[in-house]
Amino acid sequence: MAEELEKVDVVVVGMGWAGGIIAAELAKAGRSVVGLEKGSSKKRSDFIGVKDELRFDNRYHIMQNLSGDTVTSRNEVDDTALPIRTTKDMQLGTDIGGASLHWAGATYRYWPYEFEIRSQTIDRYGEDKIPDDMNLQDWGISYEEMEPYYEKWEYTAGISGEQDPLAPERNRPWPNPPLMETPSLKLFKDATANLGLHPFQVAAGNLSQNYENPDGEQLNACMYCSFCTRAGCDFAAKSDPLATVVPTALKQDSFELRTRANVRRVLYDEETQKATGVMYVDETTGEEYEQPADVVVLAAFAFTNNRLLMLSDIGEQYDPETREGTLGRNFNGQYNSAFNGTQGLFENERFNLYMGAGALGAAVTDYAADNFDHTDLDFIGGGAIELRQYGFGAISSSNNRPSDTPSWGKQYKADSLHYAYRALRIWYTNIAMSYWHNYLDLDPTYVDEYGDPLLRATYKFGSQERAIAQFGVEKCHEIMEEMGADIIQDDEVPEEFNHVYSGGHYTGGVVMGEDPETSVVNNYLQMWDVDNLFVVGGSAFPQFGGHHPTPTIGALSYRAAEGIEEFLENGEQLATAKGTLRA
Amino acid sequence: MDNNERKGKEHKEKTFSRRDFLKTSGVAAGGIVGGSLLGGLVGMEHGSNNAQQPESATGSDGAEGGQTAQAETYDARTFFSRSEDFETLAAATERIYPEDDNGPGAIALGVPYFIDKQLYGFWGANGTDYKMGPFRPMASDTHGRQEKLNRGDMFLLGIRRLQEVSQEEHDEAFHNLDEETQDELLKMFESGDVEVPGMRAEAFFSLLRNTTIEGVYADPAYGGNKDMQGWKMIEYPGPRMGWTNDIQSEEFQSLEPESLRSYQGGGV
Repeated sequence: MAEELEKVDVVVVGMGWAGGIIAAELAKAGRSVVGLEKGSSKKRSDFIGVKDELRFDNRYHIMQNLSGDTVTSRNEVDDTALPIRTTKDMQLGTDIGGASLHWAGATYRYWPYEFEIRSQTIDRYGEDKIPDDMNLQDWGISYEEMEPYYEKWEYTAGISGEQDPLAPERNRPWPNPPLMETPSLKLFKDATANLGLHPFQVAAGNLSQNYENPDGEQLNACMYCSFCTRAGCDFAAKSDPLATVVPTALKQDSFELRTRANVRRVLYDEETQKATGVMYVDETTGEEYEQPADVVVLAAFAFTNNRLLMLSDIGEQYDPETREGTLGRNFNGQYNSAFNGTQGLFENERFNLYMGAGALGAAVTDYAADNFDHTDLDFIGGGAIELRQYGFGAISSSNNRPSDTPSWGKQYKADSLHYAYRALRIWYTNIAMSYWHNYLDLDPTYVDEYGDPLLRATYKFGSQERAIAQFGVEKCHEIMEEMGADIIQDDEVPEEFNHVYSGGHYTGGVVMGEDPETSVVNNYLQMWDVDNLFVVGGSAFPQFGGHHPTPTIGALSYRAAEGIEEFLENGEQLATAKGTLRA
Repeated sequence: MDNNERKGKEHKEKTFSRRDFLKTSGVAAGGIVGGSLLGGLVGMEHGSNNAQQPESATGSDGAEGGQTAQAETYDARTFFSRSEDFETLAAATERIYPEDDNGPGAIALGVPYFIDKQLYGFWGANGTDYKMGPFRPMASDTHGRQEKLNRGDMFLLGIRRLQEVSQEEHDEAFHNLDEETQDELLKMFESGDVEVPGMRAEAFFSLLRNTTIEGVYADPAYGGNKDMQGWKMIEYPGPRMGWTNDIQSEEFQSLEPESLRSYQGGGV
């Protein structure tokens, strides 16, 4: 039997950005907090001296080991799902820092339009603009309400950026100036400016200068070493939880962090309709523990947040047949219909592409959100067009060549050596919608190492995914032409989702809103049905925005931390349910 | 961040030309017959290399160069049992990344030993993969790896199927065929025109292709990319503390590569 531990004020499941923020804020407020992380301990020295492409980019060293637990995947509601078996096909974060350990650092706020996308689309284009299959929803929070939380996260993280000329004016400037401009970025900025667009330097979670954040954590100026995305930072120069909120939390006496603590159930009392704590397995000894708490916070990756609720029989499972139920509904993410664009090959120029930083890049947002007229377009929303100089290793660069040439043999060798540093890529980070046929539930066949059902993702493209992707490819092509590439190789927009979960941008299923008919949590990420259970992270996105998700997850986490503190004071549901039209 | 600031020592480029060696050994022409070709080849190669040893030991290379050369000397199969499997593998990798005017091919870069080491370790045994059934490897075109076989099994069965097809079609061992015929057979696997038990032929080919390229360009610590010759060809400098001073440069910076070992300060 599980050993029952001493009760604490708050137990937090997962130690990425979301869990780290909750833990730091509540521990600073003097609350007793236990953080439970399924993965192992990580610290800066784990990344010093190990700049190794094969280990991190090809063997996925810091990604979740799938041997005990993965996700099954299918396109249609009547297909049999198959498990995603290998890290090449699914890269989930793990260990202290979670997915934020390997995030690249691209920082955008979502747009005012995106938070109220349903209402504003109807206002501007009429209700007919929204396709029948789309569960388009407002977030239940406005950009104005989000602004202070964005700002708080950006200052904790030390983001380095400049004002996007098309974005709402910031209340405070970015905490640090933008990263350096390289020849490839300059080429993109000049070309987009020539086309009448509004280029700017991508705001980066890679620091442009030494910085002390409001919690007193010291971050260092990025060295552009290029071992950033899929690797952890060796220099405390990336805005990740390891450099910020985790050490902040650990400085508080009232915080305790337990690693290799694999939470398997939320404990729930039917009578009081309260969560009473969590049950977890110590992955070192195999011992089971119960950790009681006044407030339970699920702050894991979207998949885990959904699955823990389902395994614990909390919430009403969504059923696509009846379209009833909210848990698992509005599962969404930037699948292979996002990040399409074009690659340009330059015969007369070689760029120093082995140098870089995760979010070193330039972008335009002329085709983001509702910044352009959608009257004659067969989609809504948009995204940024970006050029990024991540810094690429030799294995990766050896893939650059004309796409109609062989991938091995004599010609391949000659071509890949020639084009390794002559290839620039730009892409569209387009919005991804939620549809009635895309959802999460438990798989009927495949189980984890303890015999519990795996999470099953049912996902196929809805009515607009291919159209918006095609639009992005065409816009990227125009820009690449202006950049002067000799060979332009457009991405072919995929016919259907191919079960590769490599981007890490999967969200929804425990979505926020102001109507309990279409959301699981309120806009403090507090469950409607269980007042002392908060579900924090990307799982709350009703649909994806047109940009990378991390800043919005960070901002929502600060909002949730505020809500949890308020709940600990007064013990009540923080929001009033408002009925809206069901999507 | 002391470790970070430690600059790698400069490496002196080895004078030994594997290309010359391969030419004299006849491998480039694909002509030599015999069960122990690769073993003999590697032995000769190391013989030549050892001959260089006194020179580099007295040069600026110092102890580090000596250690590198010694590590090469002990390369041996620890995963592949049958020498004919390993020779088939070696010949196939050489077709994927052939020696040419740019520099050495897969064999001289140590790629067959790189693959042998990879398959012996966690990756070859799919240590971080979900391995519970039911397995339905042919059920979907788009679900990535679904085989019951691990990567080591896939390499072995794929290589042996390549040997069989070679015997059936040409009555000859794969590694004895001329380059064009070898390419034709590999293309049959690449396009899925061959039946391979438990897997799709194209899945085997893609594994073979990708692992070969990894062996060319992964850090030499893994056993391929010998003497960083892969990096020299592609002008990749290896791991460095950072590029703050160079990243805005308009000119392409072509630098002598440094290895992970050098970056780590030489190890213990």
